[in-house]
Amino acid sequence: MNFALPMAAGAAALLGIASFVGVDWDMPPVETEQVGYRGTGMYVTKDAAEAEAGRAANVVPESPWEPDPEGERARDVYENVPVLGHLSDDEFTQFMASITEWVSPEAGCNYCHNPENLASDEVYTKIVARRMIQMNQAINVDWPQHVGATGVTCYTCHRGNPVPEHVWFRDIEPTPASRGYRDGQNVAGQFAGNSSLPQNALEDYLLGDEEIRVHADTALPMGTQTATTKETENTWSLMMHMSESLGANCVTCHNSRAFNDWDQSPPQRVTAWHGIRMARELNSEYMVGLTPLFPDDGKHLGPQGDVLKIGCNSCHQGVQKPLYGVSMMDDYAASLGDISPGDYEVKITPIEDPEMKKPESE
Amino acid sequence: MLNFRPEYQNIFTAIQVRGHLEDGMPLPENDEQYRKGKPFFSYWIGKIGNAQIGPIYLGFLGFVSLTCGTIAFIIIGMNMLASVGWSPIQFVRQLFWLALEPPGPEYGFKIIPPLNQGGWWIITGFFLTVSVLTWWVRTYRRAVSLGMGTHIPWAFASAIFLFLTLGFIRPLLMGSWAEAVPFGIFPHLDWTAAFSIRYGNLYYNPFHCLSIVFLYGSALLFAMHGATILAVTRYGGERELEQIYDRGTASERAALFWRWTMGFNATMESVHRWAWWFAVLAPLTGAIGILLTGTVVDNWYLWGIKHGIVAPTPDLYPTVVDPSLAAGGAQ
Repeated sequence: MNFALPMAAGAAALLGIASFVGVDWDMPPVETEQVGYRGTGMYVTKDAAEAEAGRAANVVPESPWEPDPEGERARDVYENVPVLGHLSDDEFTQFMASITEWVSPEAGCNYCHNPENLASDEVYTKIVARRMIQMNQAINVDWPQHVGATGVTCYTCHRGNPVPEHVWFRDIEPTPASRGYRDGQNVAGQFAGNSSLPQNALEDYLLGDEEIRVHADTALPMGTQTATTKETENTWSLMMHMSESLGANCVTCHNSRAFNDWDQSPPQRVTAWHGIRMARELNSEYMVGLTPLFPDDGKHLGPQGDVLKIGCNSCHQGVQKPLYGVSMMDDYAASLGDISPGDYEVKITPIEDPEMKKPESE
Repeated sequence: MLNFRPEYQNIFTAIQVRGHLEDGMPLPENDEQYRKGKPFFSYWIGKIGNAQIGPIYLGFLGFVSLTCGTIAFIIIGMNMLASVGWSPIQFVRQLFWLALEPPGPEYGFKIIPPLNQGGWWIITGFFLTVSVLTWWVRTYRRAVSLGMGTHIPWAFASAIFLFLTLGFIRPLLMGSWAEAVPFGIFPHLDWTAAFSIRYGNLYYNPFHCLSIVFLYGSALLFAMHGATILAVTRYGGERELEQIYDRGTASERAALFWRWTMGFNATMESVHRWAWWFAVLAPLTGAIGILLTGTVVDNWYLWGIKHGIVAPTPDLYPTVVDPSLAAGGAQ
């Protein structure tokens, strides 16, 4: 009997279903790196083609020029420069040129500024930008355990986009989920690595401070660990977000035979632990407060009206070290690095002025 | 008559063995009414089994079982459809992702939480349990009525024990429906992995080990037995019963093959006992392993350390310490 026809039909049907469902398959070759003791199965695998694309997509832009740190301070030259007033005039101009390239290369200066009066705070994006500059400064000073000496700049997330490409928000799609009980999971969750795990786990861990640890620390039940398998799925959803964001897998940070045991965990887990707390602080201290400023135009807020929030992929964008670990701090240490205490003090109060100008274009 | 024609070897055989349409043995007078349907031949079904379809013995139990099973199936399906906002396209597209969830931990073992907070899951579980149990009684009574042994119902009972352990007995012992398994394709796999993660790695659960032995063993035995019989069908070896009481050349060759290759051979009778016990013990030991998890043992990895079944590994990462100890708080 001739099997070629039924086999071909079967393969075509399988591929048809796969493309309809939208599977994410890795094509060979796959690069494998052993990261743990032999016999523990600790291999980090990477799709070679995706890794190549990741290297090409994560190149650091060059500084427009090397600024002169000497000369008059920006605060003496310009009005209303509370968070960058300590820079020299040249450093200030170089930073403004850079941030335009990083964030609004198309709209240019007017994305944040009123061209008639650059000092004015009337365009809401200028207030957002100021708060984000403070956030950068805080990350580079307060979170060395996560960002090391590499540091971050606006470009780490923005990559030339006014709104960073990789953000998360409250996702209750598909709506309206009327009387079906899926408990916030059991659909292809865009923030859960397209798995059927809980859709909004990031809200619990990268905004709230829900307990991630679900393991018992004793062999026998002592009543101390009350988490059920449901909470475990929530934790797991966060972990899927992390591994998808970094192009990594479980064993990058864990020995999977005992996920909770720190003694068997690679040092990356410590970095990630601080990263979770960093994202949590950035979202609650910086992003949430800006919510009233953003227009509800489907681009600047989530569909449920919450602010777009920071996840692991905001910076990492599919690679383990953002921008392959290349630091931009040599050129921007003065603007985004350590600011001596007392040099600036700004209180941002969200302005709810309906007259506030929206950026002219994006 | 021996048949050496190579076509007579597999499910794509060109020859269909067909007798006359038959009703089967007479039933006691009161039971005769339950034999339903007019039998007919199907060419395509004849390619994978007996070409005759029907009649079926329905009966009261069969009716109850099919009705309750259908109700459960529809409740699950409607919940899945509601999950995607009643979109038929998304229903098909995300079918493997969709599920009906058990109640959350906040409801404990309450009967019954609000329908849209897990009540549907409990109602579905009830109908499915009634369906499965009535089907079990049905298999038992049909076996007895045919004068057979009750091996099939008891094997089925082993699977039912696992089903009830996962969805009812263990949640009852743990005092929480949130420990139960959702009705869905990927979600029940998520549950399986999350269950292992929460309880410190099921690989160190000895009953899980046993269950895997019997599961893989079943597959191996099935492959060995199936291959052996197919290999001697050209000598009439698939007529196993005849071969048992009148061992012919097919059985002789099959036995010799295994005696030559591994020094030991099962018999036409004993190989089925091997298969039955392996198949029955896979879900049975698995259910015991599930039953002990969370109730008697909370972390199987630590239990494995305690009992010396975890292989030690050198401390490759001496600098790594739990950062929450330094920061002064878990999470």
